[in-house]
Amino acid sequence: MARSVRFREALREAMTEEMERDERVFLMGEEVGYYNGAYKVSEGMLDKFGPKRVVDTPIAEAGFTGIGVGAAMVGLRPIIEFMTWNFSAVAFDQILNNAAKLRQMSGGQFDCPIVLRGPNASARQVGSQHSHAMEHMYATIPGLKVIAPAFPADAKGLLKTAIRDDNPVLVMESETLYGVKGDVPDGEHLVDLGKAQIVRPGKDITLVAYSRMTHVALEAAQALEKDGISAEVVDLRSLRPLDENTIVASVEKTHRLVIVHEGWPYGGVGAEITDRVQRLAFDALDGPILRVTTLDVPMPYNAKLEQACMPQADRIVSTVKRLFARGRA
Amino acid sequence: MQPRPKEDVDHLAQLYREMLLIRRVEEESARGYAEGKIGGFLHLYIGQEAVAVGAIAAMKPEDYVVTTYRDHGIALAKGMPPRALMAELFGKATGCSKGLGGSMHMFDKEHNMLGGYGIVGGHIPLAAGVAFASKYRGDGRVTTCFFGDGAVSIGGFHEGVSLAALWKLPIVFVCENNEYSMGTPLSRSLSLEDTSQKALAYGIERDRFFADDVLEVERRFAEAIKRAREESKPTLIEVRTYRYRGHSMSDPAKYRTPAELEEHKKRDSLGRARAGLLEQGMAEARVDALEKSVEAEVADAIKFANESPEPTIDLLESTTYNGPFAY
Repeated sequence: MARSVRFREALREAMTEEMERDERVFLMGEEVGYYNGAYKVSEGMLDKFGPKRVVDTPIAEAGFTGIGVGAAMVGLRPIIEFMTWNFSAVAFDQILNNAAKLRQMSGGQFDCPIVLRGPNASARQVGSQHSHAMEHMYATIPGLKVIAPAFPADAKGLLKTAIRDDNPVLVMESETLYGVKGDVPDGEHLVDLGKAQIVRPGKDITLVAYSRMTHVALEAAQALEKDGISAEVVDLRSLRPLDENTIVASVEKTHRLVIVHEGWPYGGVGAEITDRVQRLAFDALDGPILRVTTLDVPMPYNAKLEQACMPQADRIVSTVKRLFARGRA
Repeated sequence: MQPRPKEDVDHLAQLYREMLLIRRVEEESARGYAEGKIGGFLHLYIGQEAVAVGAIAAMKPEDYVVTTYRDHGIALAKGMPPRALMAELFGKATGCSKGLGGSMHMFDKEHNMLGGYGIVGGHIPLAAGVAFASKYRGDGRVTTCFFGDGAVSIGGFHEGVSLAALWKLPIVFVCENNEYSMGTPLSRSLSLEDTSQKALAYGIERDRFFADDVLEVERRFAEAIKRAREESKPTLIEVRTYRYRGHSMSDPAKYRTPAELEEHKKRDSLGRARAGLLEQGMAEARVDALEKSVEAEVADAIKFANESPEPTIDLLESTTYNGPFAY
């Protein structure tokens, strides 16, 4: 059986179940306790677990991220919430130099079983400093794992698996997905990291996306259907490890690939996938791999300009059509 | 009852031996660097030995230490065998971190040496996290976090101390004030002369003393460690010390005069400890024997490091992730 659950509730279920299961797991971040979460993800958790395990912090991301790393190093399993991933920029040193490297620079003596989570990428008109897609920067770092679920069931299952993982796992959520509902299976629900899923089968083109862009890609696929183009949508769920097998298998079927993500086009997850697919499936491709990303500028405040910067279904549709037009030419 | 250092001859002899071991390992490290056996950066602890030895003498084996890249002395004082340290410096598979960490990243889980860290101040919140875990579990352990005077200007110091103060964590923050932040004297890098005054802003206890007498260092640390263990209260200690060598091997230390260095060497904590032993009636022959045993241990460590194999490339993926490599 399954229940219809909002994305934020699915995350809360994951944390609550894991905290009930394992005394070593605790939640720490700004406003996670008495305020019940800036986006209400942790609503009710302070009442349930008390201030020892649901820890409100001052505004000190470097400090409390470092606290999490140190606590993880000696055997606790912290969940650190960033009010948004934008604020992780001031904790970047803790993530890059400590969380990601501890195991290797200690010759494998120490692990860092920490989960870092929070909303990522654009919200609604929150301006240039609050709209970053930070996953591109983190997915490049060996020693980290990075996940980006699009649906409540995956949010729950992936977060539970992340909490049980012995490595640092970064969970990219989305402010605009927190209220989205979806079916979540009853009972214990775990989803493996590193497994993409085909959320819409198709035969003419592969659209690869993750997090909120999976929904935008599905919208584009519907529009393309009306024009007689059958798009297959691959929802990555996990960015590192990256499920290149599922991507390659889809491209071998459709022979065309468009990658959709928020964040700038210079480098990043889309460029990484492009590299892998041209290496692994060069002969299967009937055209260049194209990307639909945030425009290559800081995010503007103006609503229309913001929408113009973000990947939209119509930009995906026109990009796909350009690929087909080129194919005919 | 307040724990008091054991002021008998054997205890001082033990501390002198540990300090001498550090100094001799560091001198041989400098030689190894000159011979090209050690690469990268090498920050020596010579002159500061009494800080590590005195502080760690006041701790229990199950207590944790976290420090900076000037980490050899602290690793040895915490119990890391010289073989594991020297092999790490030589980049060998038998090193404490299998040759993957190097001079700046000495880790020894067995002895609760939680590492040397290369980014100034970046380890201070991490150390607070280790103390957070002790409080969370109620395991009664204390964490001691070492850093230099150059670290008190960076954010990591302030966030780490601020959170430890707010949450009353069982930790001792130790500023090893060796008067220079690389080549910049404290007078040009800080508005205060006394870094322990930073404690006032966070409402925590502080202490400040010289590292000349290792027994005094031990006694003063014992107070802070007791406060951490029994009352779960952090302390910021400034220990005034001096490094005899440059910041790293590439630094000829032209920013200070030979006279200044000589003045500090007159207060050498090893010389003082040795004189103390003789004064307290330890026979010169016993002191000589102790020194010879240090020489033998250092020689053995160098031989071990020289003869050890290098790490192989297959080690890299398994030390990066616990479990399958995530690509």
